[in-house]
Amino acid sequence: MTDWLATILIFLPLGGAAFLWLLPVGRLAGPIALLFALAEVGFWIDALGQMNFDKPGPEPNFDQKWSWFSDLGVSYHVGFYGFSFWLAGLAVVVMAAAIAYGFWVGRERPSAYFGLMLFLTSAVVGVFASQDVLLFYVFFEAMMIPLYVLIGVWGGPGRLGATVKFVIYTMAGSLLMLASVIVFGLAEGSFDLVTTGTSDNTWIFLGFLVAFAVKAPIFPLHGWLPDAYRESSPEVSAVLSGLISKAAVFGFIRICLLKFPGPFDDWRNVVLALAATGLVYGSLLAFRAPDIRGVIAYSSLAQMGLITIGIFAQNSAGIDGAILQSVNHGLISASLFLLAGTIERRTSTGSFERLGGMARGRPALATMLMVTGIIALAVPGSGAFAGEFLILAGIFNTGWGWSLVGATGIVLAALYMLRLISGVLHRDPGPAVHDAALDLRPAELGILLPLIGCLLALSAWPAAISGNTLEGTAQTPALAQVQPSGSVGKRPSDQPPEERMDFVTFGANR
Amino acid sequence: MIDTPSVDWFALSPSLTALGAAAVCLLSGAFMPRWILRPFAALFCALGFIGGGVFALLVYIETPHGSLEVADEIFRDRYAAFTQILVMGAGLLTVGVAYSSRMREDHIGEFYALLATAGAGMAFFVQSANLMTLFLSLEWFSVCLYILCAIETDLEGSLEAGLKYLIIGGMGSAVLLFGSALVYGATGELGFSAIADATRSQGLTGDPILLVGLAMLLAGLAFKSSAAPFHMWTPDVYEGAPTPVTGFMSAATKTVALVLMYRVLTVAFPQEKDVWTIAVAVLAVISLAWGNIAALVQSNVKRLLAYSSISHAGFMLIAVSADNELGVRALLYYLIPYSAISIGAFAVVVARERELGETVTLDNLAGFGWERPLLGFSMATFMLGFAGFPLTGGFMGKFLVFSSASEAGWNWLVIVGVLATLVSLYYYLAVIRAMYMRPAAELGLAPIGGSPPREIMLSSAAFIAMVVNVGSFFAVQPLVDFARSAAETLPL
Repeated sequence: MTDWLATILIFLPLGGAAFLWLLPVGRLAGPIALLFALAEVGFWIDALGQMNFDKPGPEPNFDQKWSWFSDLGVSYHVGFYGFSFWLAGLAVVVMAAAIAYGFWVGRERPSAYFGLMLFLTSAVVGVFASQDVLLFYVFFEAMMIPLYVLIGVWGGPGRLGATVKFVIYTMAGSLLMLASVIVFGLAEGSFDLVTTGTSDNTWIFLGFLVAFAVKAPIFPLHGWLPDAYRESSPEVSAVLSGLISKAAVFGFIRICLLKFPGPFDDWRNVVLALAATGLVYGSLLAFRAPDIRGVIAYSSLAQMGLITIGIFAQNSAGIDGAILQSVNHGLISASLFLLAGTIERRTSTGSFERLGGMARGRPALATMLMVTGIIALAVPGSGAFAGEFLILAGIFNTGWGWSLVGATGIVLAALYMLRLISGVLHRDPGPAVHDAALDLRPAELGILLPLIGCLLALSAWPAAISGNTLEGTAQTPALAQVQPSGSVGKRPSDQPPEERMDFVTFGANR
Repeated sequence: MIDTPSVDWFALSPSLTALGAAAVCLLSGAFMPRWILRPFAALFCALGFIGGGVFALLVYIETPHGSLEVADEIFRDRYAAFTQILVMGAGLLTVGVAYSSRMREDHIGEFYALLATAGAGMAFFVQSANLMTLFLSLEWFSVCLYILCAIETDLEGSLEAGLKYLIIGGMGSAVLLFGSALVYGATGELGFSAIADATRSQGLTGDPILLVGLAMLLAGLAFKSSAAPFHMWTPDVYEGAPTPVTGFMSAATKTVALVLMYRVLTVAFPQEKDVWTIAVAVLAVISLAWGNIAALVQSNVKRLLAYSSISHAGFMLIAVSADNELGVRALLYYLIPYSAISIGAFAVVVARERELGETVTLDNLAGFGWERPLLGFSMATFMLGFAGFPLTGGFMGKFLVFSSASEAGWNWLVIVGVLATLVSLYYYLAVIRAMYMRPAAELGLAPIGGSPPREIMLSSAAFIAMVVNVGSFFAVQPLVDFARSAAETLPL
């Protein structure tokens, strides 16, 4: 049973999708999909109990391998390392919330809609679980199919243009990656990520790098982002920014870092420069964005820049921070997009010009938005603070100048987040805000509270993630080789008690 | 006095079975009463294809090592049998697609007879071991196809398509024949292996006459596989021909032309390898560029699929030009999902044509995906398969083709293929966009009313095509093993 957990996590939602598509479930599609999504969360929690984060040897947890195509050494090989397991957990939680939101709002053609959402869940979990580079590519591409349809069919008025842009951008990246996958696999004689060695080929590395940079996105490859995030339905935007971008995080670590240490080192400063540019540029755009979704969309660009900086710090503090921050950001932007959805449902607009003063008489909405926003701007004591602190500590060891940019980004995050909060909640009531617009309904709270509960839990104990990313796996020695010797020793991630103290202080001051 | 060679009837059985079925269909047109004619002819045509496929499978099983039969005129080997199975499968699906076409009643018998005869000709074509049998069987199935294109005289463009195909196809055949003559002139031999031996023994490598002959042979076969720049007939003929016939041509004709091209090149011209690998690679690049770019601006779905089939000739030519063991496996594997997808896609076009009674364009596909869930979903998987998305055999095909090119050291060809795929996404996804993302009301289309016709045969054909498309993704290992032993008789 334990061996099968990764496979179950991948295929359970796919089974749900097939169930919805093949049986005439009609209006029951939403509840059934939710059941499958919750069962998926249950299996993940079960897996969490059996996960050995200090597993010795190169094999991942729940390792399972079958030959798929032996001529070229392609196999179905899945399993979870610490970092990918957390990303998978993020995926199942966010997808469950998104499905619940879709059910609450009520979507046309429910069987097709919820089937696609479950299909997407399978693909995302598959990306995080795959230990074979072709299998990874298969899941990476398979994510595109449901997303394309979900945006194109259930999106806003500009959806057709948005889908074309989205597909062209991401496929341009991932098809170049296909060339890289092939050349890498043929050169190594196998596509297995666990057994193959490292490669020094810069061209192959760049093929992977560009694909992930588009997916993340990293400046200047973010052209698809604003349209896609604005035209999707809120829950799909939540998935896009919360989860799909994390496929890039997985790729950066599992493939770029661990398979191409040489080119990774050579190109580090280029990527850092682009990520830092994206961080500042995204933050500024978020500060200037005229609507809620614009703020969240560009803040995602900024946050992905920060996460990338953490990964390319090339030491364990940076990577621990990047993983923690990935999970934080996934939960935050999913909550924010769902909140934006609830606000848009009440006011039929997301524009700050027509919003404002929503806090009065709507305490639940105000609290939810406030808590999420405060965590997003990385107040000390929050999980996001822990993540960003680790990233900055990591990058400080690589080059202190980068941490200066990173710190600026955090200040800018406070600016745009506070602007978002005050633009929606405070000031005078906007023209689109009617008194009749209700507070969050219990169902909406029921969707948002688990997400925010996870955020608070991570705020209380960030080391749950940051202490369990690459630890104990055979990957760590590979990392130690490239780690600057000065940084080894007392690692910031070993200090969760202080961060817990910060949280306590923060509570007391308030 | 010419000695009668010993005839291996078993090796010929796939062709002969289909021919027998054709005879039954033809006679049924004359003797059967009207009311039973259509099911009777279709049944016998289908039985012919099934029988041909079964015999081809038996030949495959019984022939672990290839041999030359009937006075060295034909090959009996797994390579040909594999292709025959594909052709017969394509024919069978075509019968399903064509079954409820509005066809003039006096043509029904002839239609199925010609379809079966074309299948028989193709089955013979891939066995040919000799430039004479090659040309003979090429004409055999081409003439059937000329008539099939023009058979719907009521249909606008059908006659034109037939005539255009006849003239340009005749031109292609002439080029091929001239090429054969030049090769014969240079080497004094007609058999494929004999040509290679003569080239080696007489030191003819690089001989100008031989090279010109080779180039003309290649051009003639490129005509049939509609590879650019010999593709001029394709869009017009595909558009004008009755749609089931178009589906059959795009699947079967291309299959046999490419398979035979590979055989001729590797068996007869191993000495000229340096020349023809480059030439085929150039053909592949031109096909990919031309097919994909021209498809971008098409709004007629049949023309769009025609350009797409040109671009797929390009993808498969990449595998030919790689000229290694992986390449031939890639080619044979690619043909499985490609044939299924082609027939399936044209089947869906047929369904929409019947529903609307007019030419299918991207605009009037609007809403189709929601109205006909099975056909719409199948079409979506076909388009994703053409575009090479995972979970379809099209992806595995492209993966293998690119791998073979990379193994041959031609990474630039991989990059060209990848870029072509990227361009192709635009128009393949446009079909999905049209089917699912644009409400029919937006376009002011008024369906005639009532629920769409239930066409069990057509839907089953599309369903089978979809199953092959998706199944070949998961079953890549057994299918490649099948292709590998089929390729063992080739000298690689």
